[in-house]
Amino acid sequence: MKLFKGGVHPPQQKNTAGMATVAMGVPSVVVIPMVQHLGAPCQPKVSKGDTVKVGQLIGDTDAYVSAPIHSSVSGTVTRVEPMVLTGGKPVMCVEIKPDGLQEVFEGVKPPVVDSRESFLAAVRASGLTGLGGAGFPAHVKLNPPKGTTVDTLIINASECEPYITSDYRECIENTDGIIEGILHVLKWTGIGKAMIGIEDNKPEAIKVLSKAVSGIPSITVHPLHTRYPQGAEKTLIYALTGRQVPSGKLPADVGCIVMNVVSVAFVASYLKTGMPLIKKRVTVDGSAVKNPQNVEVLIGTPLKEVFDFCGGFKSEPGKVIMGGPMMGVSLFSLDLPVLKLNNALLAFDEDESRIPEETACIRCSRCVRACPMGLLPFELDRLVNAKKYEEAQKLHILDCIECGCCTYTCPARRLMVQTIRIGKDFIRRNTKK
Amino acid sequence: MENRLYMSSSPHIRSDASTSKIMLDVLISLVPASVAGVYFFGLDAALMIVVCIVSCVAFEYLSRRFLFKRSNTISDLSAAVTGLLLALNLPPALPKWMAIVGSFFAIVVIKQLFGGIGQNFVNPALGARVFLLVAYGTKMTQWTMPRGFNEAVAITSATDALTFATPLGALKEGGELPGYLDMFLGNIGGSIGETSALALIIGGIYLLIRKVITWEIPVIYIGTVAIMSWVLGPGGFLTGDPLYHVLAGGLMIGAIFMATDYTTSPMTKKGVIIYAAGCGLLTVLFRMYTNMPEGVSYAILLMNTAVPLIDRFTVPRPFGGDAHA
Repeated sequence: MKLFKGGVHPPQQKNTAGMATVAMGVPSVVVIPMVQHLGAPCQPKVSKGDTVKVGQLIGDTDAYVSAPIHSSVSGTVTRVEPMVLTGGKPVMCVEIKPDGLQEVFEGVKPPVVDSRESFLAAVRASGLTGLGGAGFPAHVKLNPPKGTTVDTLIINASECEPYITSDYRECIENTDGIIEGILHVLKWTGIGKAMIGIEDNKPEAIKVLSKAVSGIPSITVHPLHTRYPQGAEKTLIYALTGRQVPSGKLPADVGCIVMNVVSVAFVASYLKTGMPLIKKRVTVDGSAVKNPQNVEVLIGTPLKEVFDFCGGFKSEPGKVIMGGPMMGVSLFSLDLPVLKLNNALLAFDEDESRIPEETACIRCSRCVRACPMGLLPFELDRLVNAKKYEEAQKLHILDCIECGCCTYTCPARRLMVQTIRIGKDFIRRNTKK
Repeated sequence: MENRLYMSSSPHIRSDASTSKIMLDVLISLVPASVAGVYFFGLDAALMIVVCIVSCVAFEYLSRRFLFKRSNTISDLSAAVTGLLLALNLPPALPKWMAIVGSFFAIVVIKQLFGGIGQNFVNPALGARVFLLVAYGTKMTQWTMPRGFNEAVAITSATDALTFATPLGALKEGGELPGYLDMFLGNIGGSIGETSALALIIGGIYLLIRKVITWEIPVIYIGTVAIMSWVLGPGGFLTGDPLYHVLAGGLMIGAIFMATDYTTSPMTKKGVIIYAAGCGLLTVLFRMYTNMPEGVSYAILLMNTAVPLIDRFTVPRPFGGDAHA
């Protein structure tokens, strides 16, 4: 097995690993954004005053790179209007007042799948997007561009971010569903084999999955070194196959498709029931949370109600994060809803939330040693700050995967990956024109 | 309540590394060498250490406050490290006011004039030592006899402890050479902190364990000196005494503590190898082919100035190739 260069070892904090998932139930309101994926936004298919049922389509678009949106509750649409979400930009949202009955929509029934095309259509109809955090529509991922030959399906169960245990719980609680989903994907896409990668700090998951795949030659389970960012697409592919995804290319260019373990299990569940993606297992943890646990949450549930379900806060939260502490997004409000791609909600107390003061780089080279992409973060930081974008591009700034190892490891508390993000954004906006 | 939420771009957690913790580790790692220096050269050495640390910290504070109008940085402890390193690189009997001049040169001229921590182009303590060598050459090359040194071995005018020879001086100008054990323990003439290889190695191991430094610079530097001093021996090809050269002079303190200075060493692994080998090669060339007995300071200083060039030519290949080049 190959091990990528660099990386860091943040404290694992997998406090909720031993806790079985608890379903939260119906919240007082759901807010469902029309963009929960990378790609084109959906158009609302319902209006204010409409009654909707669980699993009913409420947003869709003709665009290929997109994923439809479904209601997670039965109830009445109370608002269809733009709201400011995590990105800071207004996004069209559908607000639904649940009636608490959770009546299932009549159209929810198992899809008929008899070919690659019908399989991909079913995956699209399910509303599945990458559940590992990136939110790339699954039907697009499973239909790689012409000219590429995919021979390996990689199932990402490495879960290298601290705190998060939602993928781990999937491995334990839905082992057979994962295998079933993998077999569906292999069968209908024609990919020859699947490799499941799990960091070796999760021996129980490795055990149950290894047992489940015994007798299935096309699926293998691979323990990986525990080192952040082992679960990043490029480092994961390298660990399992020894292939390096070239700069600016897709995994399919080296013959791989990477799917999150929960995503692939959802494929099996959808083909069996026809119930689209309307709920998500979310790890709720962090120093400000009273009862950290794994919660099954209906999509659109306001974060405040999720935290309330976990006993509320034991101290006033200073920072609330959607996702893990290394790559998650900090939030400005607890009224924001849970999204499809959420796998964790973290709330840190005031002490842990304070942003340390940046001091001068001492050229210790820790960032260079930590960068899994072999870049020079300190130099990119300097160049972007000096607005020398062309030089930064020559030093491969666009290859940065924004894992945050440089900032994490920096003794001078430089905001390196943050500055690099600004630089990448600037370069991308100015080269598109 | 919600207005009080911090917003920031990820990552939201940081390692517990900090500049001041690193500097504190360097100070701790120099304790054995400092103790050895005081043991061999007496309380004068202790006073020198205090004078240099206090004056470096004072110059850092005063120059940033009044001259450069910048924030106060003495709490990062880097000025204290510079003071201690400077003291350990000075002869025990140097007049204290000269040491204060050295502190001024290290902190104000080399470090703050170029922008403060992380910006200096040569190691401040070494730059100051070389400045003092130029300015006060005689005083900077008068060495005190270490405590308990066998007087029979002391050369020529051993009545005057101040003209005692260092091992490299003895090698160059003739005289009785000290034994390996004395050199290893530090019972020889030299700068306060450079004589005891044992104490310096203990400090180096501490820095390695604390991951403040990596092995490459000390090992490659010392290894290059060992090989080259053997190859370029006084009796011709392969006749040198590598152990003597490794234990003598400022090599240990230079390779473990001076050449590893973050700011003035390269950022990439390849660069570090070039830099460390260059330090070793230059050290041997200075020792063998110039009229100076010692070359560690000059070798490191020269390689310091080559670091920007080395960095430029050792940009690593990114993961997945070179498509943006």
